[in-house]
Amino acid sequence: MLLNGVRKAAIATAREGGKTGMERAMTLSMRESMHLVSDPRNLDASVEEVFQLMLGVNCRRCPGPVEAGEPESVTAVVGFGGLLSGACVFRSGGAAAIRIAARMTGMEFEEIDDTVKDGIGEICNMLAGSWKSKVPGLAANTGLSVPAVITGRDYFLHVQAPEFKLHHAYRFDDASFEVTIICDGLQ
Amino acid sequence: MSEVRTLIVDDSSVMRKIVERALRQAGLDPLVVLEAGSGTEGLDLLKIQSVDLILSDINMPSMDGLEFLRQIRAQNLAPGVPVVMITTESSEEHVRQAILAGAQGYIRKPFTAEQVKERVLPLLNAA
Repeated sequence: MLLNGVRKAAIATAREGGKTGMERAMTLSMRESMHLVSDPRNLDASVEEVFQLMLGVNCRRCPGPVEAGEPESVTAVVGFGGLLSGACVFRSGGAAAIRIAARMTGMEFEEIDDTVKDGIGEICNMLAGSWKSKVPGLAANTGLSVPAVITGRDYFLHVQAPEFKLHHAYRFDDASFEVTIICDGLQ
Repeated sequence: MSEVRTLIVDDSSVMRKIVERALRQAGLDPLVVLEAGSGTEGLDLLKIQSVDLILSDINMPSMDGLEFLRQIRAQNLAPGVPVVMITTESSEEHVRQAILAGAQGYIRKPFTAEQVKERVLPLLNAA
């Protein structure tokens, strides 16, 4: 239900923008560009760009799920709508979320408060925007929803059989996080 | 440099702080910052406060940045004040829409303080 909500918002955002003739022509060929859309290097480049510019840290890919032993986690979701429908999902443990927010703001946090959630939502928003900007034709024809942030313990995010999914884990210092791009429709 | 009164419009309080920090790093000092969490709040502030610079996000709930910008121009609020859009949306079409709505500058998130300086200072010097 949450993903449906953010997708609807993203579709509405995409519809607000006009399309030039060139972009309409690109729309027709996007399905043939699936290999560009699903290129995993775009996600790595987006993560590197956002974390370098906003936090001043270098991230590296790491295998496996992140901080599996940590009970509380933070998940941010930004929906894609328009030419591509789906979502960008950021997930980390509570300690990593606090570290990321602290790096962004220069503030110190003892718990996952509204500022930390806000910061993680913005990270997800920038990751989604950076990722879609790397595929010609996708940037102008795919809208973003405002971020939704979920915190808690022992929850699962289930998505029904997407068209494709990129799921990468990253690490900086001793903090780790996961970013997932879910595409469940490409026109 | 004389006092620079700046309105920052973004639904994210974290981004408002980051933009403020970037402006200070860009050398805007003394800097007076007014914050708004939506286009609607921004319009309300402009009706009672004067500013020298406006920086606005585009993708916001209730009233987005483009509509906020159109309303500033339609209501003749802050005449002559430069407006810079700061947003994750970076396509040529989004830039074109922002310029048509009356923006003088465009900064893509994520950004560096240096990029903010390069785009904002010339506008303030020209104003």
